[in-house]
Amino acid sequence: MEKFNYAFVFKIVPVLMNYIPVPYTELRKQLFQGSISCLEVVESFLNRIELNNKNLNAFLEVYGDEAKQRAKEVDNKIKSGTAGKLAGMVVGIKDLLCYENHHSYAGSKILNTFKSTFSATAVQRLLDEDAIIIGRQNCDEFGMGSTNENSAYGPVLNFQNQSKVAGGSSGGSAVAVQADMCQVSLGTDTGGSIRMPAAFCGVAGLKPTYGKVSRWGLIAYASSFDTIGPMGKFVSDLDLVMEVIAGEDGNDSTLFETARNYTKTQKVAYIKEIVEHSSLQPEIKNAFFDRLEQLKSLGYEVKAVDFPYLEQLLPTYYVLTTAESSSNLSRFDGVKFGHRTQNPHNLIDMYKKTRSEGFGEEVKRRIMLGTFVLSADYFDAYYTKAQKVRRLIKDYTDTILKDCDFIISPTTSSTAYSIGEKTLDPIQMYLGDLFTVQANVTGLPAISIPMGNDDSGMPMGFQIMGKAFDEKQIVALSKELV
Amino acid sequence: MSNFDSTIFEPVIGLEIHAQLQTNSKIFASDPVLFGQDPNTLISPITLGHPGTLPKLNINAVNFAIKMGLAIGSEITSKQYFDRKNYFYPDLPKGYQITQDKTPICMGGAVKVRLKAGPKEIPFHHIHLEEDAGKSIHEGDNPYSFIDFNRAGTALIEMVTEPALHSAEEAFALVTEVRKLVRYLGICDGNMEEGSLRADVNVSLRKVGETKLGTKVEIKNMNSIRNIQRAIEYECFRQSEALLNGEQLVQETRTFDAHTGKTHSMRVKETMNDYRYFPEPDLAPLEITEKWIAEIKSKMPLLPWEQEAEFINTYHLPEYDAHFLAESKEMADYFKEIASKTKAVKAISNWLMGPVKSYLNDNHLEISQFPLSADRLAEIIDLVESGTLSHNLASHQLFPLCLSNPTENAIQIVEKQGWLANKPDEDSLHTIIEDTLNNFPDKVKEYHKGKKGLLAMFMGDVMKKTKGTADPKRLNQLMAEALENRK
Repeated sequence: MEKFNYAFVFKIVPVLMNYIPVPYTELRKQLFQGSISCLEVVESFLNRIELNNKNLNAFLEVYGDEAKQRAKEVDNKIKSGTAGKLAGMVVGIKDLLCYENHHSYAGSKILNTFKSTFSATAVQRLLDEDAIIIGRQNCDEFGMGSTNENSAYGPVLNFQNQSKVAGGSSGGSAVAVQADMCQVSLGTDTGGSIRMPAAFCGVAGLKPTYGKVSRWGLIAYASSFDTIGPMGKFVSDLDLVMEVIAGEDGNDSTLFETARNYTKTQKVAYIKEIVEHSSLQPEIKNAFFDRLEQLKSLGYEVKAVDFPYLEQLLPTYYVLTTAESSSNLSRFDGVKFGHRTQNPHNLIDMYKKTRSEGFGEEVKRRIMLGTFVLSADYFDAYYTKAQKVRRLIKDYTDTILKDCDFIISPTTSSTAYSIGEKTLDPIQMYLGDLFTVQANVTGLPAISIPMGNDDSGMPMGFQIMGKAFDEKQIVALSKELV
Repeated sequence: MSNFDSTIFEPVIGLEIHAQLQTNSKIFASDPVLFGQDPNTLISPITLGHPGTLPKLNINAVNFAIKMGLAIGSEITSKQYFDRKNYFYPDLPKGYQITQDKTPICMGGAVKVRLKAGPKEIPFHHIHLEEDAGKSIHEGDNPYSFIDFNRAGTALIEMVTEPALHSAEEAFALVTEVRKLVRYLGICDGNMEEGSLRADVNVSLRKVGETKLGTKVEIKNMNSIRNIQRAIEYECFRQSEALLNGEQLVQETRTFDAHTGKTHSMRVKETMNDYRYFPEPDLAPLEITEKWIAEIKSKMPLLPWEQEAEFINTYHLPEYDAHFLAESKEMADYFKEIASKTKAVKAISNWLMGPVKSYLNDNHLEISQFPLSADRLAEIIDLVESGTLSHNLASHQLFPLCLSNPTENAIQIVEKQGWLANKPDEDSLHTIIEDTLNNFPDKVKEYHKGKKGLLAMFMGDVMKKTKGTADPKRLNQLMAEALENRK
């Protein structure tokens, strides 16, 4: 047998097409020309998942057979000319998003075995346009974390250097794109959870304006901050995904979009206090200033502005998000779904044990904080005050954006940390969100795009924040810079 | 309680009345609102608080709340938002209730009640919208509790009075009036046994003449108007006993036991929940425009007092009748429907207050469950009014026959019974009268001596002989003539 087997095998087994991601518009051309099939695209991704996911832990569940089945269906649709706008786009979804009849654990033990009975609007809209969902991606528990080390299902490792974190909370979604395990990911961003891992992994991630993408089917962390957005290697892909997932949805009454007509100023602002921040890694600072030059050469006026509320950003963010999350996570009580403790003595015991067993340390910390700031004696001192400061920050940021088109900054002050580096000090961990939370506190859109690598080869991120509902302009500028 | 002395203490009472709104679907989900379905059959992911769900406000619930506000003269809040009230309980799916804490939909207003001492206006503090919880079911010694989430998410309005009531009678009258009102508005069925309408009562006592409020006790979830009255009476007695004995009252929540007529402590203030209210971030703020309010105003049904006035002014009914007929919208509507078919409005009112009401009382029915159509009752009334049948025959024989066969025409029934054929003509009636008077010569003498009440006896005897078919008006005339002739 050994004698002739190679020649024989090559004859009967078709050479496997290895699809290396290109912008979806390119891929689409190939799909429609017939030079590649959706099935081949899916199989390419599945092969790389097979190869790398065990180490990286980006996907918690891979819908292999299902994706292949769907790929065949979409291939037929392409042939019959009925294919949707995202036909054959292979998407991974963060574990915080609901997908009908599929598990959604929110990175938590408390939802272990939970299956959603409906699909998130964003997920459904992707499916309606013939995107193919390949799996469920690891994340920090309920989106609470900046390194993906708070997942009950283990950390996600950075594909660039596996001793480094992926960033969080959409760490699995970032690494899946970074390691070519899917074309794009759907992540969520409450304080930087899309942009931060995007920066750490050298991919692009867009956090839309609050109110632009329906939150129906997004497992809530902090309702007035949570957003769903795309992550990918190509900014043009993010744009396409946004076009499909954004817009009115009867299921989410907090959606709004008013017609806006901004006059372009060709001015870009950066915040002095950020660029001068002591925590800023020198290579990041340098790369950022290189970007400023690039902007100038593109014809933009770049100006430094003051932002006196930098110190208030994180306290405001943490008071309000923990308050909302303490309430949002009350439904996980062991009564209706998810984990329930074995043999409780009574009702209170059932609640206590179920929640103690089901939630991780960081989630418990935030529930405690939020319960405290909402308690009758402290409500005004914390919650009410934070709401007022949120208003001040929003007004001040809007004032800056009246005079210019974008506010730019490094996405993070450093590149990816080593695994375990910050886990013992929550305050240090929270500081990692310093540059990203402004977009969430104000509800404004922001993107992180790659800004080269530091001396150790770890990716750095460049953030562009724009005016409300100005995603198109953000994407346009990103394309100019990449 | 008999030993409560209202010359020493004045009760100060405030009510929180919850009314389940009769919207087709729940306040934040599209599940239908229905009573008496199998447990856990009206439960969408929103109702169960599944992760990823968001509330979706049912505008009809808002409309109903505005209707109630307009009916009692409240100010409608133009800009409002919902709040979350956080607490853990198995029948509360999300671990919080969506309610309105800071910006209730209606502010102020008042409801007029009739008391023995005369009418009184009870002022309201506010009305707010909220969602109901599910139902916990505990079965005897079964160690497990069951939960039915069908009710969870049903729209409620909570109507909160000022602490301006001072007796159990006032509370009784107020809840009666509110129940009438919600039924007139068609926003709640007012069914207290099924819990569609229920009330929490705050009671405190203070020395007569004192203006400072005493320590209050809240009695939760009362589901009958009678029990509200009993619970207040008991609390007044209990609190006054305690105060007279020099005891310190504690602020607490109590429950009323309908079997013993007593209240029992549930929890004291120190162990009460901190509900951690904060604005509901999953719902957009709600703005109610003048135009919106005007639209609801233009579609308001007649309110009970307006209905009463109409009965007096348009139908020229006595005040007593008008009040009786306006007691429920169904009764008022039934009256008006009959009145559109027969002109004898006072006769209709008499029929409704008499035979119809007795029938309803005897059978524990509501007017909405009364088997006879307006047409049928109008036929019966016309038979009497035209002199075809005596009232006696109509109410004692025809009415029950109609009730046992509601689909058959009243005139057909009369014909079948042969009452018209048996009806005596003028001559034979005359003969029967003479016959009766001949049988009672002594009574005739007594009559002439002034015992005029005997007329009824003579008439009754004739009616018996004619099997009730004689025309009472004619009989009356002929009888009077016959008696006159014998003088």
